[in-house]
Amino acid sequence: MLIYWANDEYYIKIFGHTYFRFFPDWFYNTLKIPHRLSEGMAFHFLFMWFFTLNGIFYIIYTIVSGDWRELVPKKNSFKEAFLVVLHDLHIRKMAPPQNKYNAAQRIAYTAIIIMGLGSVITGLAIYKPVQFYYLTWICGGYHFARILHFALTLGYVFFFVIHIVQVILAGWNNFRSVISGFEIVNENPKPAIETTNTDNDEHSR
Amino acid sequence: MKILNPLLKQQTLITMSTQDKKSKKELSIEQKINRRNFISFSTFAVLAAGAVGGWEWLYKSPEETAGITAGARKPLRRALNKTELFFRRTFSDNHLVKTYPKSMAAKRVRVNSDIGIEADKKFDPATWKLQVIKKGGEMLQISLQELMTLPKTEIIYDFKCVEGWDQISHWGGVKFKDFIEHYKLDDYTKMQYVGMETPDKAYYIGLDMPSAMHPQTLLAYEMNDKLLPLENGAPLRLIIPVKYGIKNLKRVGSITFSNTRPRDYWAEQGYDYYSGL
Repeated sequence: MLIYWANDEYYIKIFGHTYFRFFPDWFYNTLKIPHRLSEGMAFHFLFMWFFTLNGIFYIIYTIVSGDWRELVPKKNSFKEAFLVVLHDLHIRKMAPPQNKYNAAQRIAYTAIIIMGLGSVITGLAIYKPVQFYYLTWICGGYHFARILHFALTLGYVFFFVIHIVQVILAGWNNFRSVISGFEIVNENPKPAIETTNTDNDEHSR
Repeated sequence: MKILNPLLKQQTLITMSTQDKKSKKELSIEQKINRRNFISFSTFAVLAAGAVGGWEWLYKSPEETAGITAGARKPLRRALNKTELFFRRTFSDNHLVKTYPKSMAAKRVRVNSDIGIEADKKFDPATWKLQVIKKGGEMLQISLQELMTLPKTEIIYDFKCVEGWDQISHWGGVKFKDFIEHYKLDDYTKMQYVGMETPDKAYYIGLDMPSAMHPQTLLAYEMNDKLLPLENGAPLRLIIPVKYGIKNLKRVGSITFSNTRPRDYWAEQGYDYYSGL
């Protein structure tokens, strides 16, 4: 987590010069990052290996274990995700039934993988545009690839913030289940009627 | 109490049956939950501590000993150098940089730095001569007029800066390869590096030989069909499209050849020595 966050910090800085107007001065001063481009690049070119390998292992694992079934959005996921968002914003009382992950989570967790893939591709396109000229071409040229790479980075920051806020809101039991891989639910006295769906919602959120 | 994960249910059943054989006492569900929580949280704590510790170690790792490269943390410099090797081993030296039509070239070419060519420095382009330092202290002195008699090569390409900007610009000059052949310096290309410095030696760069000999590397004296302006590196500058802008030395004073890395201004400030694209 710290590594991710720290890297994000430097990551922004690399592009800070391009998008100087994008980040006001207070942003740099608060994070103490002006004039540290070389340092940021050095970190970046080390951590790119970890991020890429980590992503590859993760994708292989989800495929081998079959967990991808829980993660890839289903046909009705997009509609349901909207209901989940309404529920989370306390506009709607009931959340749609779910399995391990709800529709919004399915979309988010799949999107982040596609974003990661996008970062690797746009990253290579701007890192070695001469060697990977075809990637640069696919990404719409060097300049556009750079903007994409940067936009994706901003996307991670948003993902990170929303993710952490949601975990805090979801409470301890949920966090514990994230770490341990299982969830404990106190069952209702009448087990004859299956009410687990609503139960799940109560506790998994 | 009930455990939601169906997989876990199966697992607990299996472990229960194996445990039956091994131990007499059967664990209650409560105990099993506690045990699993303990294992997973311990693992989590160890991994988290490892990540934090690893980061701390890296962040606080000592700076490299100042030499040809300087200003970066030791492990990070190592990573930069290893990454350079990885890419140089796997990649082709003959990939060409994308070129553009003349109409796309910027009319106002960005001037980003004047290190070594500061306007208040005394410099007379008319008396300037390019010095090529050869073995045994021998030196070639070449005037601009002489260089201009060599075949001219032009390139319009996207100039890329580490700071993040890029600009399509148009340059003309002598291909470095042609230059080497014309002055019979071919033997020197068997060496591994080329070094270039400004006449005042305030800015200097080092290039690996394959990049220097790349067919698009120019000793440029023209920009947008006119002789170079002083702030863009008159009378002669290096245009090396396979590198970031920091390697495109303005106002070349001298050229040297070596088997070790020549000194490099930005590599001494923590940047990657290779800086190749």
